Amino acid sequence: MSNYYLRRTARVFVTIYLVATLTFGLIRLLPGGPYTQLRNQLLRQGMSPEEVEGRIQALQNINPNAPLHQQYIDYMAGFMQGNLGQSIHYQKPVAEILAQAAPWTIFIVGVSTVLVFAFGIVFGALQAYWEGSRFDKALTTLSISVMSIPFYVYAILLLYVLSYQMGVTPTAGTVGSDYRGEGLSVGFLISALQHAFLPILSYTVAEAGIQMLAMRGNSIQILGKDYVRVARLRGIADTRIATRYVARNAVLPMYTGFLLLLGFRLGGTVILEEIFSYTGLGYYLFDALNSNDYPLMMGTFLVITVTLVIGVYVADLTYGKIDPRVKSGESSEAF
Amino acid sequence: MDSTVGGVEWTSDDTSASEVSRSDKAREFYEEKIYKPAIVAWSDMRTRIGILLMSIYGLMAVVAIAGLWRAPTSSQAPERYMQPFQNWDYPLGSTASGVDIMALIIHSTDEMLLMILAGGVWATGLAVAVGTLAGYKGGTIDNVLMSFSDLVMAIPGLPLVIILAFTFNPENPIFVGIIININYWAGLGRSLRSQVLTIREESYVEASRTMGVSTPRILRKDVIPNLMPYITVNFVFAARYVVFASVGLFFLGVLPYTQANWGVTLQRAYSGGALFAPEAAHWLIAPMLAIGVLSLALILLGQGLDRVFNPRVRTRLAGESESTAADEEEDTFGGKVM
Repeated sequence: MSNYYLRRTARVFVTIYLVATLTFGLIRLLPGGPYTQLRNQLLRQGMSPEEVEGRIQALQNINPNAPLHQQYIDYMAGFMQGNLGQSIHYQKPVAEILAQAAPWTIFIVGVSTVLVFAFGIVFGALQAYWEGSRFDKALTTLSISVMSIPFYVYAILLLYVLSYQMGVTPTAGTVGSDYRGEGLSVGFLISALQHAFLPILSYTVAEAGIQMLAMRGNSIQILGKDYVRVARLRGIADTRIATRYVARNAVLPMYTGFLLLLGFRLGGTVILEEIFSYTGLGYYLFDALNSNDYPLMMGTFLVITVTLVIGVYVADLTYGKIDPRVKSGESSEAF
Repeated sequence: MDSTVGGVEWTSDDTSASEVSRSDKAREFYEEKIYKPAIVAWSDMRTRIGILLMSIYGLMAVVAIAGLWRAPTSSQAPERYMQPFQNWDYPLGSTASGVDIMALIIHSTDEMLLMILAGGVWATGLAVAVGTLAGYKGGTIDNVLMSFSDLVMAIPGLPLVIILAFTFNPENPIFVGIIININYWAGLGRSLRSQVLTIREESYVEASRTMGVSTPRILRKDVIPNLMPYITVNFVFAARYVVFASVGLFFLGVLPYTQANWGVTLQRAYSGGALFAPEAAHWLIAPMLAIGVLSLALILLGQGLDRVFNPRVRTRLAGESESTAADEEEDTFGGKVM
């Protein structure tokens, strides 16, 4: 049993290592090499070539003239010490910028994902119990129409109506300017919630319908299973059947969906945070892209990936708690 | 069970195939593979609406390619901010620079359809290949393929796509579709694999195996047909993702474009003051509607097609003249599953 956790933990490190390597490769892929533009710019400003090379080396902890394997080792060593290089645009260490940005993104993605699943499970289960009723039909129609609109359209519409036309919610940022740079206080929390309200709402609305339909389908399938019928015949209380027999089994397949969803949502923040000018990871990724800030771009990409890997890891570990079958090791016969 | 009831199995019945003429075979093929599925599909309200909406987009693509509607250029409309449904030469009104919005919507449909087709085929094709092979073969192949999928899944899609789009600057819609779904297949492949794991233990698969049927043939004839409903639904989801992501990326301005499309229009309206000015609201809403209705059509089609591939629903709905006694029995046995 402990073997499973051990293997799973080892896989996290392997994945992060591979993704870091991939990022290293991607830097080399970028048009004209990573620092051509910056180098030309500095040379034009009249810096000597040696000085320019020194600046660039300081930016990424990479000596561009060293052999490839040496660059790779330097890069990985820096990454392991939490050194992601220096942002060109902000003139600050990338790690420092991202340490400020990451909590906001995790906050939005985490809260909205929990809400999506809470709504999906509760309403999907109710729909399954009242299958064919007017409530079921109305909610199914609603889910289908709601899920055919992407989250950023909701974001723009909500911003248009609530922020610009009605002025109820703030239009940009993570907290009000009064609380910026301050510690935790009640005012800070309220302001943060006000700013996060629209991003979370648009992320939740767009996805809840899909999870509702998934939960409905799973529950209907399980309601027809023999063991549920037997449980009824044995006279087990309805609430117990609903929670222990049906809901638990219906939620299991959604768990894998959850892992995928987390990836899509973390990635989607690039668009979401841009619309709300919400300074999280996605915002900085796009910002870096526009200002040709390669260290920041690659650092953000890496941090988003690591966040996802850890999120999936945590979800996987808890999955073992719900479904004991995982730990038995599903090695199957090879054909 | 009578072989006619299954519907799908009938055509692969070799003993009678030698006696029928070619035209009979053709007619039979038409009956089983085209006519009956069409009836089942059409009998479902969702598919009917889905097909209807999709054909509107198809028509728009044709109009765009044939050049039946003017291409969008600035100040082609007589005035700026024309409201929709006022002048039938410009049914959706015009933008801040006097571009006909109808032209903007129509002239990006053909590329969009190509993009979602490419993205959908790429994602589901790769997922089916990886998922069925890993699930059926097991052992080392399974381990290798699944470890690779896990790695691919660990990379959040959109940031990777953005960096790739930035690197390659794709202009060809087919290429864009593939890049957007570059790692979409991994998750789908994983869930297909877990379904194959149960199918591989079925007795008919075991029978094929003991008869010495080759692995590709078993996958094609025994395994994949069972997965078809799931694959179709996910094809539609993959296509929907292409719509959402591509418009999103055009909105951000990450993808290069030669002609304004829905995402670009959305972006221009968004940054061009449509958020503050009520008279420009239609500029913002038109591309939103185009995206929403297209993905609605895809979702409805996916749900309807699910029934076409589900043999049980199919015989019951299509075969008025056939004996459905066997099905009814099966249905009552199946209880609430349907």
